[in-house]
Amino acid sequence: MSRILEEAITVVSAEHCKGCGLCVQACPQAVLALMSSFNSKGYHPAHYVGEGCTGCGMCFYACPEPAAITVYKKGAEYPDQEGR
Amino acid sequence: MAKEFIKGNEAIVKAALLAGCRSYYGYPITPASEIAHAAAKYFPRVSRTFLQAESEIASIQMVYGASASGERTMTASSGPGISLKQEGLSYLAGSELPCVVVNIMRGGPGLGNISPAQGDYNQIVKGGGHGDYKVIVLAPNGAQEMCDLTMLAFDLADKWRNPVILLADGFIGQMMEPVEFPAPVGDLPAKPWALTGEKISRNNLINSIYLDNDELEAHVGHLAEKYARITEAEVRFEAYHADDAELVLVGYGIVSRIIRTVVDQAREAGLKVGLLRPITLFPFPTRKIGELCESAAGFLAVEMSTGQMVDDVRLAVNGRLPVHFFSRTGGNVPTVEEIFDVVRQHLSAAQPV
Amino acid sequence: MAKLILEKPKGFCDSYERKPGDHGTTHYCPGCGHGNIHKLLAEAVEDLGIQDRTIIISPVGCSVFVYYYFATGNIQVAHGRAPAVATALKRANPHAIVVSYQGDGDLAAIGGNNILQAANRGEHITVIFVNNAIYGMTGGQLAPTSLLGMKTATTPYGRDLLNEGPPMKVVELLSSLDGPTYLERQAIMGNKYIARARKALRNALQCQIDGKGFSMVEILSACPSGWKVDPTDSYAWMEKNMLPHFQLGVTKDVRAEREPFFRTFKTLSAAEIVEQLDLAVPEPKHFPSKLQKTGYGDPSIKLAGFGGQGILSAGAMLANAGMEQGLQTSWIPSYGPEMRGGTAYCFVNLSERPIGSPTVSHPDVLMAFNRPSLEKFEPDVKPGGLLMYDSTIIDVKPKRGDIEILAVPATQMADDLGNTRMANTIMVGVYVAHTGIMSPAAIEQTLPLAIKRKNLVDANKKALRAGVDFAATL
Ligand SMILES: Cc1ncc(C[n+]2csc(CCOP(=O)(O)OP(=O)(O)O)c2C)c(N)n1
Ligand code: SF4
Ligand SMILES: [Mg+2]
Repeated sequence: MSRILEEAITVVSAEHCKGCGLCVQACPQAVLALMSSFNSKGYHPAHYVGEGCTGCGMCFYACPEPAAITVYKKGAEYPDQEGR
Repeated sequence: MAKEFIKGNEAIVKAALLAGCRSYYGYPITPASEIAHAAAKYFPRVSRTFLQAESEIASIQMVYGASASGERTMTASSGPGISLKQEGLSYLAGSELPCVVVNIMRGGPGLGNISPAQGDYNQIVKGGGHGDYKVIVLAPNGAQEMCDLTMLAFDLADKWRNPVILLADGFIGQMMEPVEFPAPVGDLPAKPWALTGEKISRNNLINSIYLDNDELEAHVGHLAEKYARITEAEVRFEAYHADDAELVLVGYGIVSRIIRTVVDQAREAGLKVGLLRPITLFPFPTRKIGELCESAAGFLAVEMSTGQMVDDVRLAVNGRLPVHFFSRTGGNVPTVEEIFDVVRQHLSAAQPV
Repeated sequence: MAKLILEKPKGFCDSYERKPGDHGTTHYCPGCGHGNIHKLLAEAVEDLGIQDRTIIISPVGCSVFVYYYFATGNIQVAHGRAPAVATALKRANPHAIVVSYQGDGDLAAIGGNNILQAANRGEHITVIFVNNAIYGMTGGQLAPTSLLGMKTATTPYGRDLLNEGPPMKVVELLSSLDGPTYLERQAIMGNKYIARARKALRNALQCQIDGKGFSMVEILSACPSGWKVDPTDSYAWMEKNMLPHFQLGVTKDVRAEREPFFRTFKTLSAAEIVEQLDLAVPEPKHFPSKLQKTGYGDPSIKLAGFGGQGILSAGAMLANAGMEQGLQTSWIPSYGPEMRGGTAYCFVNLSERPIGSPTVSHPDVLMAFNRPSLEKFEPDVKPGGLLMYDSTIIDVKPKRGDIEILAVPATQMADDLGNTRMANTIMVGVYVAHTGIMSPAAIEQTLPLAIKRKNLVDANKKALRAGVDFAATL
């Protein structure tokens, strides 16, 4: 299942995130935050708060971890999967 | 093919090009500079790469890069420069990259002098760089062998994916003799592991780092097993009147030429003296020396060092017979007369007249 | 068109199979700038369409494992040596895009000369220089780029101008060279800086793709672990400490002036190779059989005189001719500082049998071209041997009674022929004719092999004949 996005979405892969917080710092909309829970490596991963992403991609380039952040801009095909 | 009266150092370059060597990365040093001079002249003539690097440290690393690209490549130097190449040699051996390195030995330690010597034996044969590795070592004793063993060196390097060092001395490098050059070699072995900047080689990795202890142990074990196979397959030596000799003289490079004359003169005088000349220093002709222990009464190692190869003779003899030693150092080459005197001493000691 | 999805670039491996343990994440610390730079590189490799051609060099430093991540050709190299390895990789594979990825310790300290020389040669490679002002991998020691006052494991009291000197400005240094084409410094230090670094890196790669020569981007990059700051404080740290010293921007860009250059190699046929190596088989020579007189066979000959008297080439003449005449021959010079104005000598052996020792203590023949050589070597001549000396120059007489002695006024004869420097050839002519060791024709025909200056060949032939004629008068 996938759908064409009407609004941008940022997806943080909790297992790839090292919780450095650079994406949170980079996000002009302040729509990213670190979770209080831990991932399996013991980091507080970042997550998207759910709305307000403009798809600017700042967090993507701020993130040092290649697979941790994916930014889907408006109009992108988004794979709608539980747990992403 | 043509016979040319040529310096050993220059014969190396022509032989390398005939063997399909595609690049030479060097740095000048006496008494190896003629190799760089000839390479600078001939490599571009046949559309191949010659580059004078900023140092021997760099030139061996360029060899590392060229070899990783799958081409036949070489460098040459002498004592001080060879010391600087040890880092690269260890990496080349660790990454199993073939290459040919020439060491035209001069007097040491330190800056020493530029006269012929054999004091780099331990550094080269026992491995002067870090870690558990071996290089194949070939010891030519004249201009023809500077050609033949250079060509062999490229084949052995590719066959075993290992550095091969041509270990000669200033004398062999500077001496001119007639050399018969063979025809250029045609097809070279394929190197599917190389980095060529093409799709097929995109997944290739040239590497010597194994962070995991067990992985590194497996790699070192693989290398050791390869060296054992090299030891089985690649020993080369020349035995001259050795099989019935009471005293077997052992020497390589220029020393073996002098010993040969000693043997001729001794035989004329009715003395049973022979020569065993290792052509490969690693692998060393250990088994042959063991066989000679059955027929001989003793060995005399002659070296232009204070005693390095003699240790390998002792290991091979393993206490069965006396191993005598004679040396000249500092750039001095032992004379026929000097060696003959020593031969007489040991023969008369062995068999009271 | 701008991408609709920003995701892990294809320049990376899907799964980092070469990495032990977790194949999904990098080995870098949280907030480490290496990760950002990897992403920019992987993205550029994908976007520029050079993935199959790219070979990335893993240095020694925290980025030693670059090869875990990139789906390109990979090679790991010794500390600091990447520019030398890159030089040969590129020359061997001109089509490849060679990327040298290096830290500040690697590039600016141990490999300082290697980067300088590769840049100066204008090697067609791209260098990504990660300046984090510290040795990350080995535990936070001083780097050439560490800042004044900066406390590191090896500057516990801070970098001291009078002890370690000031931090090294690498792109400025390289910009003073004529060799490089494109040099820029940028930083991974927040959104707008990252965009500039991204552009710089692409320019640098494009420079190589276009055949324009050496390019390098220095990228200021956070090492939160080494600096002992939180990742989110690292950009402020950089701004405060690094930016005042390391100015951002292009320091050199001559891409527009450079003609594109792509190295190419020809493949020569076997015959062409033989020809180019001067190994083509010469016309067969026919020499009259030699008229060797008894007692002169298999000689070992020592020729000695001042450097510059043509001692070595006289020896080479004899040896070359000997070879053509079917003899075993060897020639060995005294070499080294002696050649520079001092005494020079060489040994020549001419033999029917294989030559053992190419030098002997007691030569059969001595040709002495000056007094010191005569005095020094006369006692060594083998009893029954032959001593020839230049009686124009040597004003003493040999003393030995047990050897044959020939006084040859070689320099005078050469002078009479109009070139003093051909005394050597005259002596050779006398020797050959007197002993019959080979036919004079053999040596005349092989003269060009031993004489480098071709315009002197004819004059030397004349000198040779003068020597032969002289021998007939003896
Ligand atoms: C010849 C040699 N000397 C020293 C080392 C140890 N060493 C490994 S990494 C390193 C420093 C790397 O620092 P840098 O290049 O700045 O890379 P970073 O880790 O900061 O990215 C040193 C000294 C080595 N591997 N080889
Ligand atoms: S030590 Fe510094 S450079 Fe190394 S991985 Fe950690 S943050 Fe990055
Ligand atoms: Mg660093």
